[in-house]
Amino acid sequence: MSYKIPMGPYHPGLEEPYKLEMICEGETVQDAKLHIGFNFRGIERLAETRNYIQVIALMERVCGICSNIHTLTLCQAMEQLTGLEPPPRAKYIRVAMAELERLHSHVLWAGIASKLMGFKTMFMTCFALREKVMDVLQAISGNRVNYAMNRIGGVNRDIEDPQALVPMVDELEREMMRTIIPIFTTSATARSRCAGIGILTHEKAVSCGVVGPTARASGVAQDLRRAAPYAAYAEMEFETPVEQAGDVRARLFVRALEIMESCRILRQALSKMPPGEIDAGEAKLVFTSGTATSRVEAPRGEVMYSVSWKENSRNPSRVHVRTPTYANMPAIRWMVRGARLADTPLIQASIDPCYSCTDR
Amino acid sequence: MNLWKRLICTCRRRSPWLFHMNSGSCNGCDIELVAALSPRYDAEQLGVRLEGSPRHADIVCVTGPVTRNAVAAIKTVYGQVCHPKAVVAIGSCPATTNVFIDSRTLAGPLDKHIPVDVFVPGCPPRPDAIIQGVAKAAEILAEREMKPAETELPPTVEEARP
Ligand code: SF4
Repeated sequence: MSYKIPMGPYHPGLEEPYKLEMICEGETVQDAKLHIGFNFRGIERLAETRNYIQVIALMERVCGICSNIHTLTLCQAMEQLTGLEPPPRAKYIRVAMAELERLHSHVLWAGIASKLMGFKTMFMTCFALREKVMDVLQAISGNRVNYAMNRIGGVNRDIEDPQALVPMVDELEREMMRTIIPIFTTSATARSRCAGIGILTHEKAVSCGVVGPTARASGVAQDLRRAAPYAAYAEMEFETPVEQAGDVRARLFVRALEIMESCRILRQALSKMPPGEIDAGEAKLVFTSGTATSRVEAPRGEVMYSVSWKENSRNPSRVHVRTPTYANMPAIRWMVRGARLADTPLIQASIDPCYSCTDR
Repeated sequence: MNLWKRLICTCRRRSPWLFHMNSGSCNGCDIELVAALSPRYDAEQLGVRLEGSPRHADIVCVTGPVTRNAVAAIKTVYGQVCHPKAVVAIGSCPATTNVFIDSRTLAGPLDKHIPVDVFVPGCPPRPDAIIQGVAKAAEILAEREMKPAETELPPTVEEARP
């Protein structure tokens, strides 16, 4: 006989409010239903009432973990509408910010995943390391969460001495190599909790249309930084880690390898940063009517913005956002089928869900 | 104040347990709250612990601008916390609804629904500020009477509906 286990909306294991209904037979999960909407703030509607300066501050607060990515995507879309082109130095600063954000997001995820594994020491180690990333972010932008770095046609703050940040990045990489990576890849605890659970096969991954590290862990080699380079990614050298297994351990591996790649990109961006202006210096912005779309690779996968504008208007007429969790969410259902109940929190966390992005 | 009461006050002040409630926040304040418990800021030196169940908690930390969907849950959870209790509103969102002001899906600010003791402003506040806010709430908590005042009784189910 199967029975239903409701979880949430406020649950100790979950950072964000959402409801999960699990249909179980004994210890085995047969099916799962996800209810979201507790974070629905109506941001897309609000964006239509804000002007082009305010809308950036509003969209930054869609998500506190990938705040920079949201403004970056929005600004890129608005740059298409105004015809402004950010100068090369601004593009490099954007890359540096995006990679730092990926670093802190992945380390944060590693912390939460290890907490769910019952590996509390690792959680604390990850958060101690994350503070080092936050130090670099703070040195650049002055903020810890909402960086307010992007503007239409450039960035708001310059990195005065990029070379001075390189030792900080080296130190970060050394720490990651010394603690997080070996523990996640070789520790018996991590292996026994993660290997072979929450499997998403390649076919399912393609048919669900998952994105980001979740897709790359199922053997789908897609990465917008390569496929459709934006900002200065075309000039960077990096690998896209891909794993074939599709289980939680593969997702862990992909993220761990991405951390190393991020450090590599970051070092390139900081050392190759060209001199010059940091914004297009246009005092008056003229928007043309039409719709512009922009896509970037956020830490969790692809983010797409579609911005519509009417000529001579100060407000956008529509801002549409598609977030990576929206694409990854349906896959949870396939992952938890047949899993043990005790594994489900870790399986859910393995896609790195962000429901405040998804609900908006 | 007799000795017994003073002892209880000290105990309460020295080990406040937190329950964290996200009422539609952007996650910014939530990660800062977790960062406040991490080794660098180390809120545990004040005896602070993040607790999973509202029934074990002393201080409720609310983040986010209080969406309509979350109101009923917030009131229920607030009612489940045993007396004496204190509420800390973390971030500008629960205080004023912040940049989301005018949104029709919000029912904020928070003090329309439950009594708030400490506001920690900022978008998001730094972890140090959050710890200070919690410490202040712990002091308020220590002075609280054991029995709830008439005005602080949990809302009925009818009132809790949005
Ligand atoms: S105060 Fe700022 S950081 Fe905190 S939840 Fe609100 S928008 Fe996010």
